[in-house]
Amino acid sequence: MPTVTETTQPLPDAVALPAARGPGVLSRLLRNISGVVGLVLVLLFLCAGALGGLGITPYPPNEQHVPDRMQGPSAAYVMGTDLFGRDVASRLMKGAANSLQVALSAVALSGLIGTTIGAVAGYLGGLVDNILMRIMDVFFAFPTILLALLVVAVLGPGLRNTILAITVVYSPIFARVARGPVLSVKEMEFVTAAHCIGLREWRVLLRHVLPNTVAPLIVQVSLALSWALITEAGLSFLGLGTQPPEPSWGLMLSEGRSLAEIAPWLVAFPGLAIMVGVLGFNLLGDGLRDVLDPRLRGLR
Amino acid sequence: MTRYLAQRAIAFIPTLVGVSLLVFLAIRLVPGDAILAMLGTEAGMLTEGQRASLEAYFGLDKPIGEQYFTWMWNLLQGNLGYSVRHGAPALDLILERFPVTVELALLAVAVALMVGLPIGILSALRHNTLIDLIGRFFAIIGLSVPNFLLGTLVIYVLSVYFGILPNSGDFVHFQEAPLRNLEQMIFPALVMGFSFASSVMRMTRSALLEVLGEDYVRTARSKGLRSHTIIRRHALRNALIPVVTLIGVEIGYLLGGAVIVEQIFALPGIGRLAYNAILQRDYALVQGVTLFIALNFVLINLFVDLVYAAIDPRISYAHRD
Repeated sequence: MPTVTETTQPLPDAVALPAARGPGVLSRLLRNISGVVGLVLVLLFLCAGALGGLGITPYPPNEQHVPDRMQGPSAAYVMGTDLFGRDVASRLMKGAANSLQVALSAVALSGLIGTTIGAVAGYLGGLVDNILMRIMDVFFAFPTILLALLVVAVLGPGLRNTILAITVVYSPIFARVARGPVLSVKEMEFVTAAHCIGLREWRVLLRHVLPNTVAPLIVQVSLALSWALITEAGLSFLGLGTQPPEPSWGLMLSEGRSLAEIAPWLVAFPGLAIMVGVLGFNLLGDGLRDVLDPRLRGLR
Repeated sequence: MTRYLAQRAIAFIPTLVGVSLLVFLAIRLVPGDAILAMLGTEAGMLTEGQRASLEAYFGLDKPIGEQYFTWMWNLLQGNLGYSVRHGAPALDLILERFPVTVELALLAVAVALMVGLPIGILSALRHNTLIDLIGRFFAIIGLSVPNFLLGTLVIYVLSVYFGILPNSGDFVHFQEAPLRNLEQMIFPALVMGFSFASSVMRMTRSALLEVLGEDYVRTARSKGLRSHTIIRRHALRNALIPVVTLIGVEIGYLLGGAVIVEQIFALPGIGRLAYNAILQRDYALVQGVTLFIALNFVLINLFVDLVYAAIDPRISYAHRD
């Protein structure tokens, strides 16, 4: 269904807010210290997760080497072994895969749901906006970790339910982040122009309004990933996330707590892994914010 | 101002109804029925008659709409439900533990302000110097170390080097022995305050930087005011407004979100109460605590709005609309 847009060019599909898009983003990100460090850490994390997920680990993550229980880091076990003689490094890699699976699915889901709600609310305005955002307000009335706990309490622990918990918490946040820019962009001339040439509402929203709101959303995705990692680790730490014997960083940290005095590596490496993973996404988010939208600086 | 307050209070009613509906329905989504959830495997030993009388006792035989209104009616009378596990009304259990959570939250805020504010101000005033860089580095680390990780490390250091282990049996309330209580609270408060200090620092820094570029600061400079006066009288007063909002929102989180810190430091607060209620499938208590925390959160947000109006001369709610 070719519309006027494709034939009479001058109406751009996305009159980008200055510096919001385009090929320059990556090169500018690479000149930003936070961005570079963040990118490196995130890539490191992604590699570890990919290897762990594909099963390319020094040992099978759940394999018990009973004679070698509780060994410190050595050539055979780079990060030592745990109470059951399982290789900590292998478990961390598989844990990275699990965390990534949770974080990526949860952020993708909540990004999709939240952005849709926020964009529709902002674009249509009026009663729809009012109702949708009041519903979102209900979710904002809960402290995030409590809301996540409530979801897990209702659905039961486990990887899939952790994803759902994070989705429930983060969708309203995405809705708010998406709604703001939609509100301001929909008043711009090129949107009126799009209406004037008779484009359908959904097309105007999808092709003209939304592309101009990506900058804050991209930043939010990066921050949401860091938060999702923390939540997954936190829920697992409390015994409500990933279930044993499946490895998760939070669970490993929690299991290592009681043994920390005699085997500090059981706490040190999972702790370091969590910190590096979260730090990576936080730095990347900061870098992206500087590059994509200087006006957003200072928001958390 | 009164009118604004009334408007805001009325606007909160739908949110509160939504919150109560969400909590009510969430518990009903629990797989299996409530009796099974409450009694666990023992529910299998009930006869049909016992089961029916239990359902009648908890009102579970009524239609769901009626259950909700009965529940709401009880709520309005201050009855948050009865915890089967504790054998006590949920509200009593909550109020007994709430002071611990409040104390922890206030101490954490104090830590955050004492650390975050000065570093944030310094970072902004010495923009792009080594001091700024170090401050920002610590802030991003603070945001990236989840409190369960920091808490674990703190407990490790405490137990290995000082031989102290947190133990819920040892807990003393502030009014019983203030000093011993503070000894027990200071480490959890530091842990909770740490990441919060990072956000305070970042917010202070960016807000102050923004304000320092404003015209009225330039005007103040050009009329020859000392920079100390400019910062104190002109810049800081405006820069601290977003920081106040941040603190308000964060107190709301701290009052309900201290689940993990209370758990690892074995503090008898409401976060721990909620967590244990969830583990023990004590759904009446889960409902009660969740509702209590959400109500708190909403009220604090309203309060923050009012403080906002009081400290920001540019906002005047009296002449709105």
